[in-house]
Amino acid sequence: MAERSFAREVEDLRLGDGQEFRGEGILAITKALLQSGVSYVGGYQGSPISHLMDVLADASDYMAELGVHFESSASEATAAAMLSASVMYPIRGAVTWKSTAGTNVASDALSNLASGGVNGGAVIIIGEDYGEGSSIMQERSHAYAMKSQIWLMDPRPDLPTMVNMVEKAFELSEASNTPVMVEVRIRGCHVHGRFKTKDNKKPSYTLREALENPVRDVNRIVLPPASFTHEKHKVEKRWPAAVNFIRDHRLNELFGPDEADVGIILQGGMYNGVIRALQQLGLSDAYGNTRVPLYVLNVTYPLVDEEVVSFCSGKSAIVVVEEGQPEFIEQALNTLLRRRDINTRISGKDVFPMAGEYTATVMQKGLLGFLERHAPRLLGNRPPLPDPSPVLNSWQVQALANVVPPRPPGFCTGCPERPIFAAMKLVEQELGQHHVSADIGCHLFSILPPFNIGATTMGYGLGPAAASAFNVKSDKRVISVMGDGGFWHNGLSSSVGNAVFNKHDGVMLIVDNYYSSATGGQDILSSRAENKKRATNNSIVDAVKGVGAKWVRQIDHTYDVAKMRDTLREALTTEEQGPKIIVASSECMLNKQRRVKPLIDKAENAGEPVLRQRFGVDEDICTGDHACIRLSGCPSLSVKHVDDPLRDDPVAAIDNTCVACGNCGEVAEAAILCPSFYRADVLRNASRWERFKAKLRTSVISFLQRRREKGRHLFARVSA
Amino acid sequence: MFDASISRDKPLSIAILAMGGQGGGVLSDWIVAVAEANGWHAQSTSVPGVAQRTGATIYYIEMLPPKDGHAPVLALMPTPGDVDVVIAAELMEAGRSILRGLVTPDRTLLITSTHRAYAVAEKEKPGEAIADPQAVNAAAGIAARRVIAFDKDEVAREEGTVISAPMFGALAGSGALPFDRASFEAVISTGGRGVKASLKGFAQGYARATSNELPQARITKAKPVQGIPGSLGSDELDRRLIRVRALPEAAQVAALAGVKRAIDYQDLAYGDEYLARLEALKALDETHGGAAHGFAFTAAAAKHVANAMAYDDVIGVADLKIRSARFARIGAEMKAGGDPLLLTEFVHPRGEEVVSLLPARWGRKVSANPKLMARIDWLVNRDRRIETATLWGFLQFNALAGLRRWRRKLQRHAVETRHMESWLTLATRTLPENYDLARGIIATRRLIKGYSDTHARGLSKFDRVLSATPLLLRRADGGAWMDRLISAALKDENGDALDGALNTVRQL
Repeated sequence: MAERSFAREVEDLRLGDGQEFRGEGILAITKALLQSGVSYVGGYQGSPISHLMDVLADASDYMAELGVHFESSASEATAAAMLSASVMYPIRGAVTWKSTAGTNVASDALSNLASGGVNGGAVIIIGEDYGEGSSIMQERSHAYAMKSQIWLMDPRPDLPTMVNMVEKAFELSEASNTPVMVEVRIRGCHVHGRFKTKDNKKPSYTLREALENPVRDVNRIVLPPASFTHEKHKVEKRWPAAVNFIRDHRLNELFGPDEADVGIILQGGMYNGVIRALQQLGLSDAYGNTRVPLYVLNVTYPLVDEEVVSFCSGKSAIVVVEEGQPEFIEQALNTLLRRRDINTRISGKDVFPMAGEYTATVMQKGLLGFLERHAPRLLGNRPPLPDPSPVLNSWQVQALANVVPPRPPGFCTGCPERPIFAAMKLVEQELGQHHVSADIGCHLFSILPPFNIGATTMGYGLGPAAASAFNVKSDKRVISVMGDGGFWHNGLSSSVGNAVFNKHDGVMLIVDNYYSSATGGQDILSSRAENKKRATNNSIVDAVKGVGAKWVRQIDHTYDVAKMRDTLREALTTEEQGPKIIVASSECMLNKQRRVKPLIDKAENAGEPVLRQRFGVDEDICTGDHACIRLSGCPSLSVKHVDDPLRDDPVAAIDNTCVACGNCGEVAEAAILCPSFYRADVLRNASRWERFKAKLRTSVISFLQRRREKGRHLFARVSA
Repeated sequence: MFDASISRDKPLSIAILAMGGQGGGVLSDWIVAVAEANGWHAQSTSVPGVAQRTGATIYYIEMLPPKDGHAPVLALMPTPGDVDVVIAAELMEAGRSILRGLVTPDRTLLITSTHRAYAVAEKEKPGEAIADPQAVNAAAGIAARRVIAFDKDEVAREEGTVISAPMFGALAGSGALPFDRASFEAVISTGGRGVKASLKGFAQGYARATSNELPQARITKAKPVQGIPGSLGSDELDRRLIRVRALPEAAQVAALAGVKRAIDYQDLAYGDEYLARLEALKALDETHGGAAHGFAFTAAAAKHVANAMAYDDVIGVADLKIRSARFARIGAEMKAGGDPLLLTEFVHPRGEEVVSLLPARWGRKVSANPKLMARIDWLVNRDRRIETATLWGFLQFNALAGLRRWRRKLQRHAVETRHMESWLTLATRTLPENYDLARGIIATRRLIKGYSDTHARGLSKFDRVLSATPLLLRRADGGAWMDRLISAALKDENGDALDGALNTVRQL
């Protein structure tokens, strides 16, 4: 069950000839796959391409109707290997993942795929997670395209172009027997736009036909001597074929005047930003009518030499707008022009920054720098550029810089991972700080305040693997953390198997929240939900025992902080050798609320008994030390000022977004914090008997209260 | 050489700053829909990713009508200094938008909610670390062309909807988009769930945008100053009120709260004891030139002596937990009505708490015997959940609260009283030499708070701060240094900042 339902978007996938699609970029790309007659789709979820996976998962009935096989791959490596169906057969296939993280994982299969080449169109949709909002290392997928000779598309972030390029990618792949990557940046994936749709195509050659008519061609297999031939074939046959296709089908675009002294060569993904900067410089209108010629590379690898030469000749200088580093395209252009002795000056990273996202301001400054140097007359009377610096330099705004607090992402309200790290912090207080090897997933938020736990993160499912060197005698054991997502992605073999085999003496904490939560709550092998189309409910504990782990503890309720703490302490101090594995399981609260809340509301409205719970803080008893917050960081546990003249500091307070997960009470007990926390339970639609009992109870207690309060002067302490 | 052939149409640009989970995406979709319904081209983008998990995130929208059948080319991210409307779903996010240069006085309409959702950095400090809302107010005043600010979170809650609705209403009401109200409402109406509540939230937002263009943001950090009432409703209380009035004005508000606290905590006699202590301190204050210092010493004492006398103990907690007023308050908060209400208290007594309830003489002996202490701790130290709204749970706390009668004879009281007296002695001895330092010594009591370990940490910080007294005694700015030490002690849990500050003091 993914984080949101795509029922409405599934309807958009059915749009036919001449209709209009309105929606998100990544969903337009999904539709383009179906319009291209794709036979199979796979991939691994992750921002920004999760929605492609989610909508196809929700569209399974329609996929069956079309004869398209869709699966959620175990990892990007699995997805890349899946494309091997297109090696021998004229079958179109597409896979998707987040890059460069996913491309790194996939690279083994990708290299093999690219070496032998393909027969049917093989397309990889890569969500380039670069710049603001990115959660991964900042690298370029371009390097992968170059090293394996996989063609790389970078379409303009405009829906018709994106859709067209995906369709062309299959053709290009087939024309050149080479897999093609279509790169879409985060904002391109999430851009809302529109395009005219076409009918979806059923695959012309099906997987079933292939299975029933197997083909093998030893020349496609990566083994000497074929592998030597592959390299030659890439350069001598497939490359020229690709260049011809790109040129003949005009995949790259030219805008602006034919004749000019300067020009801009840009990655397709940079187009909208370039137009906006040119507009601000008075050199374009809002509709893309530019006075500076643009050569837009919707295909950034390979380059089409003749097109470059024809664009550059007659120009004294061109500038390359190429995001990320190293500046592969700029380097290639230099080689290309030098070899032909064309003396057009090439500008690029001299006016643009080498590293970092090309934001609007960067774009403006870079282009201005280029034009000032090479075509100052074009700038004319220079309309004033948007400039926030007077405001930013004012003392009021300068003062604000020290006021606005950072707001990094963190655990959601009621997250079951919070008590795990609260317990780790308590163990730290007893046994001292330990080296903690972290992993990829929501649990990585532990590295931020208030927990401040975790030293490194080396990759998905590699947390315990990254602790493997620390397998020496020591008074402190190494702790590693891994999520259920990472566990099934790679962790079972690379981390658990490795630790068992090498008799690793560390502690391994597997955070099992029933979903691949960080990527949008997709099901995985150990998900507890029944899923008609997938085999779920496969136990992590069984799996680790299956590879030979002996010391394994399962905690079925992570909110039991004391148990969590005691188990961790035991793991860190036991005499037993070999990996100590703790599987801590509780359902992701975001998904649980989405699943359970409507059911509870329905039950209450139907008159069934429903228990409503919430936690609270007695403000009279809270002393405003905030120790509870330092062990929680829950968004619903906050602070508030009270109008008590005897108090200086704000007290803790729980707002009405509390989901009564129980963490506050457990932490208060386990850490022996304070008695301010309470849980209030209200039983809605109670039975007569329950009501009678409650009434009886209340009347006795009220009597006792009246008696003990009689003759005393009691004052409300606060009037907050 | 301006080229007249280039059209100067500019897209309208809107940036939304929200926190993950606030529904910024819904608002963004609504804005796109209303533009498209009016025949414009609109484009929205976002970088949600992991920022969705409670972090700060931004949505960006541009819109422009097509021209001669040509669609506009719209940017995927805002240009600082080039944004028409900024919508912030929380006050500090408005601050962040200003810091990012998105709000400029030549063009930007800033629509912000004035409510606060505190960041972890603000909440986790042991003391007060809430960001100053007036700083945002001041910056918005010079950065924005126009500001629409009100508590949209409150509006949303009142109407039973989400914050997107009043924000959409405020945008519609601002007139920043050239579309009529009906087309905004039509967009909401196609939404499906919760349409009615959303429309009401929208209407509220709309009304507050047009009727009040530059409202004074309801964002003040200062606590309201409470006056002294004419009467407390009974003669015996009013007699004490007269004594409060006789104190310097600067001390009266705290002294009234203090005497009420002491009476509420123990009894009328305890209130008198408090007043007597305070009056004695005031007399000393007067002799040592208190008038010239605005009786700051007495004012500080009024607050902190009350806290010292009404120390947080087991009896007090039990007493507060079973009061009728508390049951009523929680019932109202839970909207329990006639439905059965249960309360679970999370308590974790240790040996120390049990021993603190022994008569002072026994208590002293037992505390001095570590073996016995360990045995008692072994017996009692565990999690206990008390259900105070059941008879059994109520009776347990009732019994504990009933020990109030003997409180003054118990071990904890003896410890607290000794502690208070040595603290007050230090203060009064310092008073003749360094008035402001003596006031600082009184104020140091602020560091003692919490229960168990937290309480122990507070005590240790208190002792460490006061250890600087001899070093500061002869300094005119000794009191100011004491204040600095106190705020350093409130910066982190273990007092690392305090250690640094103490080092500085040693090198003065």
